[in-house]
Amino acid sequence: MHDDDLGGEALAALGDRVVAQAAPGEQIEVVLVHSAETEVRAWEGEVESFASATAHGVGIRVVSDQRQGFAHAGSHDEAIVAETLAAARDNAAFGTADEFLGVAEPDGMAVPEMDLYRPDLAATDPETKIRMALELERAVREGDRRICGVESADYVDALSVGAVVTSTGIRSVGRDSSCYLSVYSLAADGDETQTGFGFSVGRGIEDLDLQQAAEDAVERAVRLLGAGKPASRRTTVVFDPWVTAQFLGIVGSTLSGEAVLKRRSLFADRLGETVAAPFFTLTDDPTDTAAFGASETDGEGLATRRNELMAAGVLQRFLHNSYTGRRSGTASTGSAVRGYAGTPGVGCMALTVVPGDAAPDELIAGVDDGVLVQGVSGLHSGVNPVSGDFSTGAEGLLIRRGELAEPIREFTVASTLQRMLLDVEAVGSDLTRLPMTAAGVTLVVADVTVSGK
Amino acid sequence: MTSTMPDADVLDATLRAALRTGGDFAEVFVEDRRSSRARFDDGKVEELVSGRLSGAGIRVRSGSSVGFAHTADLTPAGLHNAARTAAAAARAGGSQASSAKLARQQAPAPNEVTVAPDAVAKARKVALLQLADEAARAEGSAISQVACLYGDSHRSILVANSDGLLASDEQVKTLFSVSAVAVGDTGMQTGRESVGRTVGFELFDTVDVTNLARTAARRALRKLEARPAPSGAMPVVIGPGGGGVLFHEACGHGLEADLIAKEASVFGGRIGEQVANPMVTLIDDGTMATEWGCYAIDDEGRPAQRNVLIADGVLMDYMWDRLRADRADRSTSSGNGRRESYQHLPMVRMTNTYIANGDSEPDDIVADTPNGVYVAHLGGGQVNTATGDFVFGMTEAYLIEDGRLTAPIRDGNLIGNGPEVLMLIDALGNDFAMGSPGTCGKDGQGVPVGDGTPTLRVQRLTVGGTAA
Repeated sequence: MHDDDLGGEALAALGDRVVAQAAPGEQIEVVLVHSAETEVRAWEGEVESFASATAHGVGIRVVSDQRQGFAHAGSHDEAIVAETLAAARDNAAFGTADEFLGVAEPDGMAVPEMDLYRPDLAATDPETKIRMALELERAVREGDRRICGVESADYVDALSVGAVVTSTGIRSVGRDSSCYLSVYSLAADGDETQTGFGFSVGRGIEDLDLQQAAEDAVERAVRLLGAGKPASRRTTVVFDPWVTAQFLGIVGSTLSGEAVLKRRSLFADRLGETVAAPFFTLTDDPTDTAAFGASETDGEGLATRRNELMAAGVLQRFLHNSYTGRRSGTASTGSAVRGYAGTPGVGCMALTVVPGDAAPDELIAGVDDGVLVQGVSGLHSGVNPVSGDFSTGAEGLLIRRGELAEPIREFTVASTLQRMLLDVEAVGSDLTRLPMTAAGVTLVVADVTVSGK
Repeated sequence: MTSTMPDADVLDATLRAALRTGGDFAEVFVEDRRSSRARFDDGKVEELVSGRLSGAGIRVRSGSSVGFAHTADLTPAGLHNAARTAAAAARAGGSQASSAKLARQQAPAPNEVTVAPDAVAKARKVALLQLADEAARAEGSAISQVACLYGDSHRSILVANSDGLLASDEQVKTLFSVSAVAVGDTGMQTGRESVGRTVGFELFDTVDVTNLARTAARRALRKLEARPAPSGAMPVVIGPGGGGVLFHEACGHGLEADLIAKEASVFGGRIGEQVANPMVTLIDDGTMATEWGCYAIDDEGRPAQRNVLIADGVLMDYMWDRLRADRADRSTSSGNGRRESYQHLPMVRMTNTYIANGDSEPDDIVADTPNGVYVAHLGGGQVNTATGDFVFGMTEAYLIEDGRLTAPIRDGNLIGNGPEVLMLIDALGNDFAMGSPGTCGKDGQGVPVGDGTPTLRVQRLTVGGTAA
């Protein structure tokens, strides 16, 4: 696919034709996406699979008589788009009237111009992509004699263009490119097997660091060999950037205006209060080009903006889309998030904790007795973002007298989200871009319960 | 809405195009999926959503390599283009297979669907939501929020491959869930209950949504009194139905042949060995009528089967898709080749995975447990198949003290190691039940699965709470 083949203008023109059909008193919003993906998986020195695909999607929201209906389809075929509009209109008749419903209105915020699309990626030939996947697998297999296998070694890229057009005058077109390498490694010693992973993410192939991804995958697996269960106790934990990013994603979800309005946020009614350690500053900034979730516009076509959520531990604001903004007596913060197959929700796109001064090894050196958590599991099953209860499976290394010691596995770490934010003892300087909503950074949290033996 | 499933001549031509430059095997998977969902939240019908996804995925196998392409364009030209893309991706080579003449194969549906959801007025679906909302709120003034979800889907699939197979299936599913929030002095708590079956709107002839709503609300209310969960290793009793998630994670994934082939499972090379307490018999059954994970054919056209994986504690077999069965020189898959949609390659997946009844009285199992935790409702889990370490969440649980259920405890994860836990199961009840409908995620794809167990006890699991 070539640079202009994605057809952003053609998408917007299709959107124009749909919104032109809005009846008096009716609002229409059309979201259109067109994406092309390549996924190469290597295994044992060969291409295990090569998948190549383009996909189209349309989502149509109709608001009339203060009622909302929605429909979506995986096609841009004009007849199917027409059926989708008809279905959305029909659905609107069954919604409950709500004076705050409505598509977004232009808010005068200038759309940031960001370099999120690399034409070179579109022009990259399949052989180059295959070589990357094969080389990634080889680098991991040769990285250490204890590496006994690679579960998967993938090169993946995606080019996408999206448009949001509304009958209220919004017409945004954006495009971006992304690619990543990801590898899952297996290390063995006798009967014991441990796993590790590594990845590298970028907007173009030149951003990818294959060696780093391979080294991470090797180190993570090999250093867990010999791991046992730790004794249960309360202690200090150090979160690896990968773990911190997942933790921040959960914290971010509690700050959505939707959760606040529906009384499902544990931070509702706490604006202006101290909810985190005094050096903890959390922002959601999709205008940061380096962020994985960077975007010029949000899911309703409004300009994205930098939103400071916590400053020096004090809760500053909640995020809003146009509905939650209106209903809360404020305005959208440009934080509508969605796929084409759903109505806009509210969420973070590019969370970051302002980094501290200390490198990870300096932070570890300051921990007399603790645990470095390098991986977590079951965040979806053991964390309740409404009550704040936090409990997750974990693996990592003991920290003894400021140094990494024995590997440990099959344990949990538990606290509550409320306490963990207040118990943050330090933020590392190692801001790390990850293929997630949040960037990672090493985080030290005191007084967490480790459950093992 | 228009539906245009390609006819046999078009499928045949597509398979020929897919194999034109070589390859050992080609397959066309066509899907037309219509779905609707309605959400009642915050006292309002928040949204009604209709969805349509149709297209075809084409796979070409050439030696050890698979090429895959998909398209939403089901015209002969659209399919031809996708076939050529898949062929190019398969890196020409391998033998030059020809495509056998397509012959229609029939597989029995696990059950009939009597009331097609798209024939039911939207107003009736919305009315159910409102009933559930009222029932949940009526449980107590501490119920501060309720969300109810109705969803249905009708998935038509058609599979044709170069062996001459031509098979199709109509898969209709209906789902209803209720989530409640209760608020008290100790903050907010949540409760959830759901039902999902491979049936149409007749689901609600036998399922009363107000009962689901009351169950969800009571879960949230009870937890207002909950203590922090304990921390550390202790006996754990899991109520009927709930333990299915434990087996899904503790050994289900580890018995998938793709992970076995990649030496990423602790159960590799252990067929014929005692891997669980002799009271344990584990079955994966895609034919189980009306359950969330059942179907007539899998997404490779193979009829669903009932596969005994562990019999009296002995490992009998793994689960297989077409690719892994071929590579292991097995004549057929086990009917476990599934995919999220036409946009995905199939892989080995579970269907309805369950433990057969034991012979203990459930009350006796609790009474015989001096101290520990009783888990009444679970909330999903995750496993690392290479190490066997797995977690699952408890969303309704109680302390067991002196053989009796006492205080409710707050949400958290439990962690264990699959092979160890299977051997540590020391009591199995006679009260088998299926659990909640689940969506199993693997390698980025979600598919509907069911699971079930009687009441069971694990001698020792690590409970991930905060209380000493």
